[in-house]
Amino acid sequence: MENYLLAMAVFAGFYALMALGLNVIFGLAGMINLGLVGFFAIGAYASALLTVKLHWPLLAGWGAALLLSALAGAIVALITARLKGDYLAIVTLGFAEVIRLAASNEIWLTGGTDGISAIPGPWRGMATPFQFNLIFAVIVWLVVCATGLLLGRLSTSPFGRVLRAIREDEMVASVAGKPVLRFKVQAFTVGAGVLGLAGALYGHYNAYIAPDGFQPLITIYVVLALTAGGTGTMRGAILGAILVVFLTEGTRFLGGAMSGLKPVQIAAVREGLIGAALILVLYVRPQGLLPEKTRILSLETP
Amino acid sequence: MIAELTQLLINGLLSGTLLAVPAIGFTAIYAVLRFPNFAVASHATIGAYAGFIANVWFGLPAWVALLAAFIAAGIVGVVSDELVLRRLRSSGPMTVAIASVALTIVLENLVRFSFGNDLLGYDLPVLRDWRFSGLRVGPQQLQNAAAAAAAMAALFLFLAFTRTGKMMRAVADNPMLAALKGIDALTVARLANFAGMGLAGFGGMLIGLDTSIDPLTGFRVMLSVFAAAVVGGLGSIPGAVLGAFVVGVGEELSLVVLDPSYRTAVGFVAILVVLSFRPRGLLGERAY
Repeated sequence: MENYLLAMAVFAGFYALMALGLNVIFGLAGMINLGLVGFFAIGAYASALLTVKLHWPLLAGWGAALLLSALAGAIVALITARLKGDYLAIVTLGFAEVIRLAASNEIWLTGGTDGISAIPGPWRGMATPFQFNLIFAVIVWLVVCATGLLLGRLSTSPFGRVLRAIREDEMVASVAGKPVLRFKVQAFTVGAGVLGLAGALYGHYNAYIAPDGFQPLITIYVVLALTAGGTGTMRGAILGAILVVFLTEGTRFLGGAMSGLKPVQIAAVREGLIGAALILVLYVRPQGLLPEKTRILSLETP
Repeated sequence: MIAELTQLLINGLLSGTLLAVPAIGFTAIYAVLRFPNFAVASHATIGAYAGFIANVWFGLPAWVALLAAFIAAGIVGVVSDELVLRRLRSSGPMTVAIASVALTIVLENLVRFSFGNDLLGYDLPVLRDWRFSGLRVGPQQLQNAAAAAAAMAALFLFLAFTRTGKMMRAVADNPMLAALKGIDALTVARLANFAGMGLAGFGGMLIGLDTSIDPLTGFRVMLSVFAAAVVGGLGSIPGAVLGAFVVGVGEELSLVVLDPSYRTAVGFVAILVVLSFRPRGLLGERAY
């Protein structure tokens, strides 16, 4: 039971990290990213391959994962940042599918659908499973807190203010002399890097990655986490991720109550509930549980 | 080599005709409602299953089943829009786009809940391929393409010559002006949803007729469908047809140089190329 709870804490950490990454792209800069699982996958594969095949140390693998997915983010953003959100939504969605396609087919590199196994983890083998889970939970949440603090600083900095201005009205931001395109690409790059780091951590925790682990449903989990927590705030992103893990795990126990159903039906109910939850949140509380506080300049000067 | 290329070209044109149907549905909804409705994926699946029920359970011929696919997907489209998407439209197009992804997951899992993950096939007579001078064409593929062409022709006649069709075009062209002229935006939105999602269902069944269906039928072709709409220019119906041919032929010709498993990536590459050089698509309006 303790192991299970710790594993859930670790997964909440992954989702929190992804929600933080998405928050920079979508929450601050207002760019939609429906392919965030693609950047997550790039990070996971980069770090796994470098540590398994080239025997790089873990930290180097994580750093490389961050840089590589940030680079991928920069490229995607450079091509699409000029476009309207509708196009960005379609391109990012397609991007994630192409990454999954490449992961399943470039067998010489990724092992295809068999995936990569025996990915090293910190002190794996030396520690009991419980100790390993504990170590990893501490690592992931340290990374989440550090990233959250850094990105929190970023969002209150002049850079973050410009991003929010672009989100609210691109035209106004560019009239104020801000190079909108450059800011958008930078925001996308930072966010994609964080998503890649989350992927790297996931691979080393799971010890095994395969294309099936990077389904579009993960994107929905993270969008749900950010929307439920409060788009635009780092604390909201983290709170939302914890809630999403509660929800997905809660529906697992629901499966026990639905004893008359076939496994495929239970799986369908669980996935469907996640989608329904996102719709419900958009209805009931679109600003999230911890909404962004914007300072509104009072126009009625005394 | 020439014969091989001609064969690929024929295959591409045939599959492009099929892709064009859901792509028109997607682009028509975009033209009227101004957001990418990703739920087109699950509506294609729903159409395929509605056609399956009509064809296999009730023993109706394939063309009647296609009508059933159109109507069922159209009704689900209107109902799900009423229940889920309509009231979110005031929160902006991106919110609705995200909600439509969530909606597609809910609908897809409703299908999975009812029918399971197994592959299902339609009840069709097995026909021998026609061969002439080294080329091969399946009568079934030809019939499917003819059905797709008929659906497109019907839509064109509807938009060009009926009063309701003209209303829809007016709203797509300039919603403000259409409202001034007393056109009820809500009615037009419902019509666009019915026709658009109906076409998605029709196309979903056509694509299923070629092979078999499962809950991911719609999702699997979605990348090609979105690519067709974007390449042609989001919101333009002739563009969607042209884009579907570009993507369909491109996917087949890619087999010369690429592994078949990368077929679906062709659409994505086509999107990137077209958006880099012509951001509004081949026949579309401005993208930024």
